Amino acid sequence: MNNSVIIKTKDLVKVYPMGQHDLVALDHVNLVFQKGEFAGVVGPSGSGKTTLLNIIGSLDTPSDGSAVVLDRNVETLSNKEAAKLRNQHIGFIFQTFNLFPVYSVFENVEFPLLLQRMSSAARKKAVYDSLEWVHLADRAKSKPAQLSGGQSQRVAIARAIVKKPEVVLADEPTANLDAENSHHIMKTMVQLNEELGTTFVFSTHDEKVMRYLRRKISLIDGKVAKDEVISKKRGKST
Amino acid sequence: MIIPKLAFQNILGAGLRTWLNVIVLSFAYVAIIALNGIYGGMQEQAVQAQIEVEYGGGQFWQGQYDPYDPFSFQDAHGALPPQLQNWIEEGNATPVLIRQATIYPNGRLRTILLKGINPDQTVLNIPSHFLADEKDVTPALIGSRMAKSTGLELGDYVTVRWRDKNGTFDAQDVEIVQIMNTSVQTVDNNQIWVPLNDLQTMTQMEGEATIVVVDRNFQNREPIEGWTFQSLDVLLKDLMDMVKSKTIGGSIIYIVLLMLAILAIFDTQVLSIFKRRKEMGTLMALGMTRVKVIELFTVEGAVHGVLAVLVAVIYGTPLLVYLATQGFPLPASTDSYGFAIGEKLFPIYSAQLIFGTIILVMTVTTIVSYLPTRKISKLKPTDALKGKLT
Repeated sequence: MNNSVIIKTKDLVKVYPMGQHDLVALDHVNLVFQKGEFAGVVGPSGSGKTTLLNIIGSLDTPSDGSAVVLDRNVETLSNKEAAKLRNQHIGFIFQTFNLFPVYSVFENVEFPLLLQRMSSAARKKAVYDSLEWVHLADRAKSKPAQLSGGQSQRVAIARAIVKKPEVVLADEPTANLDAENSHHIMKTMVQLNEELGTTFVFSTHDEKVMRYLRRKISLIDGKVAKDEVISKKRGKST
Repeated sequence: MIIPKLAFQNILGAGLRTWLNVIVLSFAYVAIIALNGIYGGMQEQAVQAQIEVEYGGGQFWQGQYDPYDPFSFQDAHGALPPQLQNWIEEGNATPVLIRQATIYPNGRLRTILLKGINPDQTVLNIPSHFLADEKDVTPALIGSRMAKSTGLELGDYVTVRWRDKNGTFDAQDVEIVQIMNTSVQTVDNNQIWVPLNDLQTMTQMEGEATIVVVDRNFQNREPIEGWTFQSLDVLLKDLMDMVKSKTIGGSIIYIVLLMLAILAIFDTQVLSIFKRRKEMGTLMALGMTRVKVIELFTVEGAVHGVLAVLVAVIYGTPLLVYLATQGFPLPASTDSYGFAIGEKLFPIYSAQLIFGTIILVMTVTTIVSYLPTRKISKLKPTDALKGKLT
């Protein structure tokens, strides 16, 4: 794989058995993502966006074809190897934030680093650096229940980037946010993409998000309908 | 150490539900230790009393003697061999002559055991010195149970009839010179203690005895022809069996308590796994393996056991220490237990009991916590993130 290619899918197929019929979620998807991309997978509900992100994120395996992420074939990874890949190289941002309610903001962001067995001092520095990025260092001791939706998603972003992953996969990150918060979140991610060089891949059908994308991949019925490069620059800060 | 740390955080974060489980489980800890402590104390007190008052350090039985066969009593007597005689003279043993007899208290007939003992013996903790008074009438010592059941009082005379060595009936009056309070029923019920010399004369069995009780500090147990040594293990077997049967009955209480606690934890675990599927998915997405997720949820359940120990220590320690030092009075009905306890029972809590209980409850809690988590092993991260159980 080319050094700058970070994700490559080849004839990726995902089929879900639904009673007597099969539901084809991904139908021979061929995509290549370069390092530092800020790309979005767009399409209506059921088009296969989340399935694609799940396979790229090694949370799921393809029914056929292959997905190579950071030189690892997702379909051949063991549970342990997949967990290691996710823990060390991939950050996730979810539509519903998925923060741990009993942990503080600091502990939520710290969690991936605990799994990496990083030292306490290094963890603390990394967590605060990450919280500084999302302008929430002053809320480190708060519990998720004390945060607004926008703040919660910023904590989720901090958690995703705290380990400095090569790839961040964001599944509908603004779906539960109002317009203003959506813009703040996207601006934060654009900034992270530009300054850290982290590759961002979104799934979205939110027009507000699409405005920030450098590359837009349209999925319809599990097939790539359109793959367009919008801007050569990293992200879009306007 | 990440798993225990996370488990503690999660379980403490669960709030009231955790504390309810912990409190119920702590009851189980305290109940198990308290009840076993009571039975331990009961056994210890019973054994001590039995040793002090009846068994000493063991007994030599004359060859014919079988306490379970009353027909053996007639022939169960023999001359004391020189070896036993030496030990008796050195104060390391005391002979007891046991004969069947009949008394006629207040016009009624009652079959009893007539036991002869040296008034100046110190091997058994029986107030035999009351039998040393030189009187025209044979002095007799009875227990309070015997006094109550026969209506005999201090200073009363009662007619005793027995068979002598040759099987000839004879009778005379004895005077009740002391009524002893003893927790050991087997030296009290249906028994009259008289001076050994008097009984030997009455039965024409001079120099003879049925059993010889060895002092508990005397270690010599060499075999003696015609006499069988009965160790404390043999003598106390019935008592141990009786205490064991009481213990089994009593354990039902804490088994029920433990089951309640375990059920609550099992329920909590099942609920947790149902309610926290999304959290499991997130844990996996962040890089935790399924095995680690199972470990985390199992340890969370087991943490209940750890917290319960802490809670049990807080309220259980003063309670158990108070019971152990102050004891508690026993109702008269405990006399029907069939073994000596005394008027107050002092529980005994051994380190083995305490740590054994902790290990037992922790093990059961961990197993019960693990069982529902097995579902996680089949859980797909994508389904978990959607809140589905595979």
